[in-house]
Parts: sequence; C-alpha cells; structure tokens
Amino acid sequence: MTNAAALNDNMDIDTMEIQDDTRGLHYDENLLYEKERCDRPGVDLPPPEGTPLRTGFEARGDIGLSQVSEPQVVRHFVRLSTKNYSIDSGFFPLGSCTMKHNPRINEKNARIAGFAHIHPMQPESTVQGALAVMHDLQGWLAELTGLPGVCLTPAAGAHGELAGVMTIARAHELQGNTHKKVMLVPDSAHGTNPATAAMCGFDIRVIPTKETGRVTVEAFKEALGDGNDVAGMMVTNPNTCGLFETDIAEIVDLLHDAGGYFYCDGANFNALVGKIRPGDFGVDVMHLNLHKTFSTPHGGGGPGSGPICVAESLRPYIPSPLVLKEGDTYRLERDGERETQCGRLKGFQGQFGMHVRALSYMLSHGADGLKQVSEDAVLNANYIQASLKDDFHAPFEGPMMHEALFTEKYQKEHGVTTLDIAKGLIEYGMHPMTVYFPLVVNGAMLIEPTETEGKDAIDRFIDVMKKLAADARNGDVEKFHNYPQSAPTKRLDEVTAARQPKLRWSEA
Amino acid sequence: MSNIKYTEDHEWIKVDGDTAWIGITTYARHALGDLVYIELPETGRQIAKGDDFAVVESVKAASEIYTPVTGEIVEVNDNLQDNMDDLKEDIDTGWIVKVKMTDDSEASALMDKAAYDSFVEGLE
Repeated sequence: MTNAAALNDNMDIDTMEIQDDTRGLHYDENLLYEKERCDRPGVDLPPPEGTPLRTGFEARGDIGLSQVSEPQVVRHFVRLSTKNYSIDSGFFPLGSCTMKHNPRINEKNARIAGFAHIHPMQPESTVQGALAVMHDLQGWLAELTGLPGVCLTPAAGAHGELAGVMTIARAHELQGNTHKKVMLVPDSAHGTNPATAAMCGFDIRVIPTKETGRVTVEAFKEALGDGNDVAGMMVTNPNTCGLFETDIAEIVDLLHDAGGYFYCDGANFNALVGKIRPGDFGVDVMHLNLHKTFSTPHGGGGPGSGPICVAESLRPYIPSPLVLKEGDTYRLERDGERETQCGRLKGFQGQFGMHVRALSYMLSHGADGLKQVSEDAVLNANYIQASLKDDFHAPFEGPMMHEALFTEKYQKEHGVTTLDIAKGLIEYGMHPMTVYFPLVVNGAMLIEPTETEGKDAIDRFIDVMKKLAADARNGDVEKFHNYPQSAPTKRLDEVTAARQPKLRWSEA
Repeated sequence: MSNIKYTEDHEWIKVDGDTAWIGITTYARHALGDLVYIELPETGRQIAKGDDFAVVESVKAASEIYTPVTGEIVEVNDNLQDNMDDLKEDIDTGWIVKVKMTDDSEASALMDKAAYDSFVEGLE
C-alpha cells in the first residue's frame, strides 16, 4: 500500500474508486465504534491533580470507545435518523397496529413541567394534578368500554392481556373453580392471546374460523362442550380478519351460562371507539392500547401503554394500584388494601407520560370526535377494500371494519408473493402492510389506513397497489424479486438473518 | 406407498408395524416458506392424538406440528436441527419423530394419498 492510500483509506488508490457506499444523499453510516478512533473527544476536562484516578481508562484499561467530537456525534445520529421511516414521514398501513398520527398537542401537554418533571416517589399531596389526570383517564376508559373497573399500570398490549387473564385466573381461584383449566381461543387470534393464557397456566382449546373468518355459534358450542372445564374465552372484536364478530352476543351468553369470562383483545378498538361499548356485548375484561387507539407514539417512537377495563364482577381482582378519589383528594391504592387483587405488575404506576397524552387526545377530540374517529377509520378501510377488490383476492366478503384484507392468490399465479408486494411498496416510498397475518389466510395482506390519512395519501397507496398488480400480471417477476432497489439496504436476506443472526458487534 | 397416511393438518405418517414415522407434507412445506428454526421433542415423551410435539418457525410464522396417533416418541431426527431443508415429504430424511403407537386404528382412520390430494385441492 502506498503512502497516499494510507492517508485516505476510503479510496482504492489503484482504481481511484471511493470504497464506501455513500452516494447521493444516502449515507453509508458506520457504527460509532467503527469510526476512526482519534483524539477528538467532545469534552475537554483538565486531568485531576493530587488524587489517583479511580475511574475511566486508568482504572479499567482501554475499553475501545471511540473518542469523537460533538459535530461527529451530531452527524452520526442525524444521519441514522434519516434512515428511519415513521408515521411522521409517510403512509404506514401496518394492519393490527393502528399507526395513526400522533397529535402535537399531546406532546405539548406531556411536556408541562408539572407532568414531565415529577418523581413517582414524591408525596401524594405534591402530585395531585398528575393523580387527577390518571383518575380522569380511568373515567374516560370506563365510559368508552362500559366496564367500570380500570387499572392503568400495564405497559403494553400483551402486558394488558397478562393483567386481564391473571384477573380471570384470580377470580376462579378465589371462587374455588379449580376445575376451570381451559381457555378458548379462535385460530385467527393474535399469537399473544394463547401465549398469555398458557403463561397463566390454562390449556388452550382452539375454535376454528377458517370457513367464514368469524367464530360461529356452532364452532363455539363444539369447543365449549359441557363448559365445565372452561375458564374463559379470548376474542378480538373486530377480529384479525377485519370482520365484526356478528354472533358474539349469543356466544357470550353461552359462555357466561357455563361460568366462563369473556376477555376481549382491544387491539382493534379503533373500529369501535365512541360507537359501541364492549361491556354491552358481554365483555368482562378488555385491554386498550393507548398507543394505538389513543394516538400515543409507538413502534420505535415511544413506550406502549395497555390499561385493562373490567366488569363490576371482576373489579375486586384487578391488579393494584388503582387511583382513588376521596372528597377532593386523589390517592393511590395502598399495598394490602385490597386482598383479592391479583398482584402488582409493574414498578410505580405505569407509563404516566402516555396517560397524559391519551387524555389529551380524548379531551381534544371530545366524545363526538372519538365517534368520528371510528367512523372515518372504517370508511377509509372499506374505500381501500372496494378500490382493490378487482386487483387482489379478498378472502372474505365485507363490509370490513377498520382494516382491509387481501391475499396473494391472483399474484401467486404469476410467481409474485405477498413478500414481493410488500417489498414493492418500499420501492414506492411506503411502509408495507402487515404480511402473512392473520395465519388463517394464505399470504395475507392486512391493511389499516386509520382515520388520520386523507384521500390523497390513500389514493396514492391504491395507485401503487394497482401498479404492482399490473406488473405482476405482466410477468415482470425478476423485478419483484429484487425489490426494493432504491432503499439504502436493497433486498435483505431474511433467511440467513434469522438462521445466523449477528447479535453482537465485533471488530471487523 | 399404501402405508403412508395424511392428516388435515398436513402431516404425513408412515406406518411400519406398530411404529409411525411422522413428517410434514409438501403443501405444508410450501405454505411455511423458508425455515429458520425447528424445536424437536425429547425421546421417551408420551403423546396423545392431537398433541403438538414440535414447532417449526419460518420467515412467516411459527407453527406447531400435531401427532395424529397416540404413543411414545422412540426416536427423534436430530439431523433436522442443522439441515432444516431436509424437512419435507421424504420418508428417508424428512421424518421428525418415530412414535410407538398404542392404538393402530388411529392411523388407519387417516386419509390416503388420493383423499389428501383432493382435500388440498379443496383448500385452494
């Protein structure tokens, strides 16, 4: 290697080619560890005098950290941020995830000093405003679900499921129903449903839904049997096929007669909010995803929050602590105050910042605004379903709730799969829909536009989907298998990534 | 090939005396896509008809594999762990477990090749 090459190892001195992949405005951004280690630290402290060093390099030796300057750090993270795709950058129709716009008024309210700069161990008398927010939120959630008992602590949807099923388990335990060991779960359920039931010690009995996409009374009766061993049922309504469970009232009557509780997965509450109260169709316990229905940031943008709401009959068993109001004073339930509770799920009181944002969302929309949320969400999904029905195979007859569902059936005849279509959407600057879920449909494409997308964005999505369908019909298969070409990393090898994952950085 | 039977959950079984070899069908293999992980059971485990005894994970989803017969797992094809592409409708290399059956009428009640083929056709 010549001296010239050593001065600049970004260039191959023989071919005069630049070695890295930075082109146009796509930066080939290495990890900070991979940057050249130089003596340009972002801080400049004088060496301590008179005392031996007990920390840092002197005590621990050289641990190989890069010493980078402030402008290098700023560029590193800004460049990484430009590689991110989020709801703030474009259309994000990820089914079952409700990627709606996060209103900035929520952020403004969450940054009010009295909410942002308090500590969970402060005396209750000094955080009355924060407790009032949580108490009001409990009230809104109780009103919207028709379920009066609300626990705000679960930190995400699956955590809420755990809280809900633990509540059911605790109720059966204290009622002496040791013979009730079975949880009924339809095969279209989110995978977290049977996983949660199994974690709580229940056996899973599957209700088949493949024929119609719904739980039918006949299929339910067969799964229920005499009902003696059935502790409960976990159903998402509307379900993961985007359909409302039309027989649910009759099914829940049968379940209740057998002494079982109805857990409703609230993942799809955006289709119902403000329109119907789940308590009215027999739900005993339900979690709500504040980060979906109530617009708090998620998917890399913020923590989740999955409060549970329960019927009066299950109220004694929900996790602690609840926020209570006595006269004009708010307080947290104390340890041991309610001995029937199923336990404590989390340190402190849950994701308080999300509680502020969710309440901000509800207050800014009002009851009438929330009703319009679900109406517009359902309208948008049905618009997509109707617009694409000739280009993509719809496995079930609508009307849909807040999600459109198609399969790869027409495209597969030409050698194009759901995965290829998802990669094609990336080529056209969009986040793909949910793929290969629900499992009851082969090559599923589950599309959730949410109510916050306008007609322009949805029409562009429809146009791109129609273009991809036309390309598939014309047999341009090779192009599909190489999508995306314009994204920074092109087509990834998902099989090798899963079989031989690199989970730890190592020096090249 | 008349001693090969099929299930509605897309497993094949080969009956050899009181032993059943169990694997998954070509249809199942295509539906799964590229495999990334397989969880195999321990030898000696008792399984009842309808129990899941193994899990295969693909780039699309994780799926349980169910036994159509009751009995004891007497042999496990550990070779699949490192050679996942061998998991297919191939009697010699694609079997997952061998089960010593307690009731061979369970196996004879399953579909034969022709019945299974028309069952699969009905799914499309």
